[in-house]
Amino acid sequence: MEGFKSLINYISNPTILFTAILVGFPFVFPPNDWFYNVNKKLKIDKLWTKKGLFVMVAVTIVFFVFGLGDSDFRSIVLKPDNVPISGLIILLIFFTWLSMSQAYENDKLMDEGKPVDEYYEAPNDKVLVWPDLVYVELISLVLFSAFMLIWSIGLPAPIEQPANPSESPNPAKAPWYFLGLQEMLVYYDPWYAGVVLPSLIIVGLMAIPYIDRDPNGSGFYSYKNRKLSASIYLFGWLVLWNVLIVIGTFLRGPNWGFFGPFEYWDSHRLEALTNVNLSELFYVKWLAMGLPSNILLREAPGLIIMFIILGVLPVLLAKTLLKKFYDELGYSRYAIFVSLMILGVLLPVKMYLRWFFNLKYVISMPEYFFNF
Amino acid sequence: MSEKKSILEKISEGQVWKSIFRGGGVPTTRRQRMMVVLNSVFLHLHPVRLPKHAVKLKFTWCMGGLSFFLFLILTISGILLMFYYRPTIEYAYTDIIDLTEQVPFGIMREIHRWGAHAMVIAVWLHMFRVFMTGSYKPPREFNWSVGVILLVLTLLLSFTGYLLPWDQLAIWAIAVGSNMAGATPFLGSEGPGASLLAIGDVNFITKASDARFGLIGGRFLGEATLLRFYVLHCIGLPFIIMIFMAVHFWRIRKDGGISTPV
Repeated sequence: MEGFKSLINYISNPTILFTAILVGFPFVFPPNDWFYNVNKKLKIDKLWTKKGLFVMVAVTIVFFVFGLGDSDFRSIVLKPDNVPISGLIILLIFFTWLSMSQAYENDKLMDEGKPVDEYYEAPNDKVLVWPDLVYVELISLVLFSAFMLIWSIGLPAPIEQPANPSESPNPAKAPWYFLGLQEMLVYYDPWYAGVVLPSLIIVGLMAIPYIDRDPNGSGFYSYKNRKLSASIYLFGWLVLWNVLIVIGTFLRGPNWGFFGPFEYWDSHRLEALTNVNLSELFYVKWLAMGLPSNILLREAPGLIIMFIILGVLPVLLAKTLLKKFYDELGYSRYAIFVSLMILGVLLPVKMYLRWFFNLKYVISMPEYFFNF
Repeated sequence: MSEKKSILEKISEGQVWKSIFRGGGVPTTRRQRMMVVLNSVFLHLHPVRLPKHAVKLKFTWCMGGLSFFLFLILTISGILLMFYYRPTIEYAYTDIIDLTEQVPFGIMREIHRWGAHAMVIAVWLHMFRVFMTGSYKPPREFNWSVGVILLVLTLLLSFTGYLLPWDQLAIWAIAVGSNMAGATPFLGSEGPGASLLAIGDVNFITKASDARFGLIGGRFLGEATLLRFYVLHCIGLPFIIMIFMAVHFWRIRKDGGISTPV
C-alpha cells in the first residue's frame, strides 16, 4: 500500500505526469491521418464506448475513494474550495466522452454514407418549443436547484482567519480557475504569465472561427473531418488549462514546491534552485569568459534565438511544412495562427528547458523588467 | 357538449388568466402552443419551433441554459447577501461571520459561492460543447467571440467576489492576482518598458500610478480595494455582462438558432 502511494507520488511529478500526457495525447486525440490510423489500429477509440466511460469513471472514483483513506490526500482534496475541482475532473471525463463518442458515431455514419445523428428534414422534423423544450428546461432547472441546495447544505463555504496583510500564507494561491496561469509563473515572469499570456488566450479563442473557416462539421459532433483543429483545441483546453489547474491545486504546496497527492506539505523542505540564464550558459559556461557589460551583447544569444523562432521560423514553415496553411489562410491569418501556435508550443518547451537544463530565462534584462 | 370542466380549465378560461397570458385555455392545438411562446416576453427568447436534436440533452448538455440560470441564482442570492454585508474593512469579515452563525439554516452564502464555482464550470463546458459541435463556424463567428467575452466577464465576476469576505483566503488570492497587474508591459511599474515612459528622470509609471494602483485603488490592498471590488462585483460587471448576454442571446436567434448540420 505504501509502495503504491509512493509510486503515485513519483509518477505525479510534473516531469513524468506531463511527459506521459504529452506523449499519449496525439494517440487519444489524433491531429492527423497517421495518428488517426494508429488510434484506430490500437483500438484507443474503445475509450469512447460505454465500456470505456465505465472504466474511466470507475478508475477515477476508486482512486479518490482509495485516496481519501490517506490523511495528506484528504486534507488537500476536502478543502471546501477544492471540492469543485474534484467534480470538474469527473465532469471533464464525462463530457469529453460524451462529445467524442457522438463524434466517432457520426464519423462512422458518414463513412457509410448515412446522414449524421443530428440530421433533420425541415420542416417535418421540427418540434415545438412549448412543450418539447420548455419541459426539458423545467426539469433541468428543478433537478439542478435541488443539487445546488444539497451541495450548499452539505458543504459550508470556507471562511478563514480575518485578513492580515502582514502574514502571508504559504503557499498563497490565486482562485482555482487561475491556477493554471499561476503554474506558468514558475516558468515565465509575471508580465508574460500573468498579463500577456491570458490576453493571448482570449485573443486566440476569439480568433478560432476566423482561422478555422472550413464550413464542414458545423452543427453536429464530428472528429474525422476536423482532426487538427479539434486536437489543438482539446490540447489547449484539457492539458494546458485543466491539467495545469489540477497540478496547481492538488500538487503544489509550500513555496510552490511539488508534492505528490500522498505527500505531507512540509514547508521546511529545501529545494536547491540553481537556475541559470541562457546568457550565463553561453558566455560563462561555454565560452568560459565573463558576461559582457553591454546589455544587448550580453543577451544577444537569447535575442537571436527568439528572433529565429518568431521571425524566421514562421517564414520557413510557410514555405515548407505549413505551405498548405499559408496558401489557404493568406498572410495575416497565417501570421496570427503561427504566432499563437509557436507561443503555445513554447509553454511546454520552457517547462522542459527548466526541468532538464535549469534554464531560467532565454532573455534576461532585469534592468528593464524584461525577462523571457 | 355538456362535459364538466375541471377547475384548471375554468381558471384558464377566466378573465384574469386571459388578461395576463393573452388568450386563455389549455394550449392543446398546434396553433395555441405556438402562441404561448409568441405571447410571452420570457419564452420568446426561444424560437417557436426547433430541430429535434436541439431538445436532446446529449446534444446541448444544457450548459448554456444552466449558465444563464446560475446567473439568475447568483443575482438573487447576491441581492439577499447585500442586505447583510457592508463593504468596509471594519465590518466585512464580521458580517460574513454573522451570516453563518446568526441566521438559522442560512445557506445563502453557500448558494452564492458554490453557484459561482458552478457557473465558471458551466460556462467552460458550454464553450467545450459549442466547439465540439463546430457551432462557431459561419455565420456564428461573432457570437463565439461574444461568448469568449462572457467567459472572461464570468471569471472577473468570480474574481472580484473572491475578495469580499476579507479573510486570509480572500486577500491573498487577490494579492496573487492583482500583483500581476503591476507587471503589465508599459503600464505596470514592474512591467517591461515602463521605464521608457519617462521625461528625463521623471517616470510616469510608478507604484502610485500604474495599472495595479488603478485596479486596487492604492499601493496596498485596503479599504479602497474592497470598495472598488464590491462596486465592480455588484454593479459594474453585472451591468456589462448583461449587455453582452443580450447580444449573445439575440445573435443566437439572428444567426439561425441552434446550429444544425448543413
